[in-house]
Amino acid sequence: MIKQFLHLEWKSFIRSAAFKQNLAIKILMGFGALYFIAIFGLLGGFSYLIIEGLIEDGKIISDNPFDVVNQFLIYWIFADIAYRYMLQKMPVANIKPLLYLPFKKGKIVNYALGKTVLSFFNFLPAFFFIPFSVVLIIKGYSITGVISWHLAMLFITLATNFLNVFMNNVDKVFYPVIAVMAALGLSQYYGIFDITLYTGSMFMFFYENAWAFIIPLLLLIGTVYYAYHYFEKQLYLDEGLKSVAQEATTEDLSFLDRFGKLSTYLKNDIKLIKRNKRAKMTFFMGFAFVLYGLFFMQDLYADINGMKVFAGLFCTGGFLFSFGGLVPSWDSSYYKLMMAQNIPYREFLLSKWWLMVAATVISTLLCSFYIYFGWDWWFGILAGAVYNIGFNSSVVLWGGAFVKTPIDLMTTKKAFGDSKAFNAKTLLLLLPKLVLPVVIYYAFALTINETAGFIAIATTGILGLLFRNKIFDLIEDIYKNEKYDTIAAYAQKD
Amino acid sequence: MITINKLSKQYNGTSVLDIEHLEIQKGQAIGLVGNNGAGKTTLFSLLLDLIQPSTGHIISSDVRIDQSEDWKPFTSAFIDESFLIGYLTPEEYFYFIGELRGQNKADIDALIASYSDFFNGEAVGQKKYLRDLSKGNQKKVGIIASLIGNPRVVILDEPFANLDPSTQIRLKKIIKELANDPEVTVLVSSHDLIHVTEVAQRVVLLEKGKVVKDIEKSSATFKELEDYFIGISESHAPVAVTTEEEEEEEE
Repeated sequence: MIKQFLHLEWKSFIRSAAFKQNLAIKILMGFGALYFIAIFGLLGGFSYLIIEGLIEDGKIISDNPFDVVNQFLIYWIFADIAYRYMLQKMPVANIKPLLYLPFKKGKIVNYALGKTVLSFFNFLPAFFFIPFSVVLIIKGYSITGVISWHLAMLFITLATNFLNVFMNNVDKVFYPVIAVMAALGLSQYYGIFDITLYTGSMFMFFYENAWAFIIPLLLLIGTVYYAYHYFEKQLYLDEGLKSVAQEATTEDLSFLDRFGKLSTYLKNDIKLIKRNKRAKMTFFMGFAFVLYGLFFMQDLYADINGMKVFAGLFCTGGFLFSFGGLVPSWDSSYYKLMMAQNIPYREFLLSKWWLMVAATVISTLLCSFYIYFGWDWWFGILAGAVYNIGFNSSVVLWGGAFVKTPIDLMTTKKAFGDSKAFNAKTLLLLLPKLVLPVVIYYAFALTINETAGFIAIATTGILGLLFRNKIFDLIEDIYKNEKYDTIAAYAQKD
Repeated sequence: MITINKLSKQYNGTSVLDIEHLEIQKGQAIGLVGNNGAGKTTLFSLLLDLIQPSTGHIISSDVRIDQSEDWKPFTSAFIDESFLIGYLTPEEYFYFIGELRGQNKADIDALIASYSDFFNGEAVGQKKYLRDLSKGNQKKVGIIASLIGNPRVVILDEPFANLDPSTQIRLKKIIKELANDPEVTVLVSSHDLIHVTEVAQRVVLLEKGKVVKDIEKSSATFKELEDYFIGISESHAPVAVTTEEEEEEEE
């Protein structure tokens, strides 16, 4: 039986659409995985020595490095839970066809749960803990103690894996966990309350008592037991395997009718953003970019004026880049309809354009707090905003015309890793979007002065606005040329 | 009305459609039958310019479909669920299509009301998005949406599949009404020979991309079609190697 399961698994892996992507991206992902393994391995091998050095320098006040690691383990575990929740997929997808086959339910559950154990997320910590434990033993810590501690860590890692099984899709659990973690971190930072003093000794307990690994083992058995029964209950079409239907809400958007013909598409686009997980997330992420400029406030960048241009482009253009870059993929699930209806491309595009312009204006207003950091920041942001509105809004749509990745509006899991959305042409179009304004800035800032640089960027933006219709002609042609390819690409399912 | 000339479609050298000549008169109701992979959906996709012909072309009311978009205002279709916008309620979807086809809200409300027996108290007015409706109800919405704006060419791919018996009967009534309208040309495909012979005035039988039969409907048509398919099932010729595209076409 298990042989057949493994056989299915192998086929679903090699035949998945993602696997058929181009080789370059696979290699890139492979390097990504290797990078993380190397980082964790190096951390495991050297963190003891590094912390030892820091203690000697008086930067960390502690008796020994092992204590320090134990103290911070609680944050490690929280972080583990958080990124698992966001990235680790639950194996329910392939279960439906198995339900009708003559398997005992328990077997299906065991198989699905067993599959989660093989996740990359469970192996990654090993690359830290194994070298670290070895170093501990070399440094003369008790062997039985280290083994007990190591086993405890292993069981806790696996327990978070199973915790995630029944925590998945329960936002009610996830957000409080994040909030508690953030609160604890802040109160420790400001010296109000330090939870690590308590949790540190808890983890030390596993080392000091060779039998203590039994406790996380029991915890693990508990989560496995609970996950098993939770999962078994979900194995009905009207329980866990059901897709949850939202109650439809209709809103009156007739105030948009003043936009004439455009309003038809604008109304649809607003509903698209409001009613679909993926689009909604992109929307909020776009505005989160307003805070991105704060990264540039570090001393490191303080004297590099080009960074102000970058900051201006990113802070005001978050939505523009993240949403606009995926036009027309947002409409991929009903693209055939759009192509069979009497829809002029220009109006379809203009509606998206207006959305992006509106979002950029709002982002710019939200950015006004940057005045606090100095007027030059504010000028950088204004210049970036004008460039985004005038020039980038069209260029982004231009790049989108080459993106042929269908978007599943209902899932957010792939929102971060849609590698197919990157191809040579879209990467090439990054140049006019981000590099050109910096070049323009320096061309004028170095020859005349900083203000002239900002004015030059804004002027380019205004020029873009004047030539918008020309750029749109170009985009329309691309859309027409790519029509059949795009329809075929959107018809493919994962 | 619609003229098909030397139309063919190939995928990787395998021909999936090859029609030498086919003329469809204005106001006719055409039933398209054929087994899986016969090329029905391919023909409909070509009629809507969703795929490009390998050779030949289609002319609809003097408009060459692969060259001009002027056929769009008078043509409407429901092929599959990719014609539905999942995040809209059925009413919003009707309004959207209505706005594209120059109808105002009152027109659409009247249309929904006139087909209330077709919806049978389901689908509309239910606080549900299209993506959360059952397949049958989605289909009802798609079919009615294809009637918005008085189109002169209506294309329905497998409209009877997934519908409950009462709705099938109502749909037959609707299609017959369209068929009797001398201004409206209807193209309907189906695997159900009874339905097809009931609603269509002319039946075209496709087999492996070619027109095998093209008959004006009479009382003998059903028997003729049935005998043809019995013949195929009994001879069950060695399974032709179907390409991936063909399988996808017929999904």
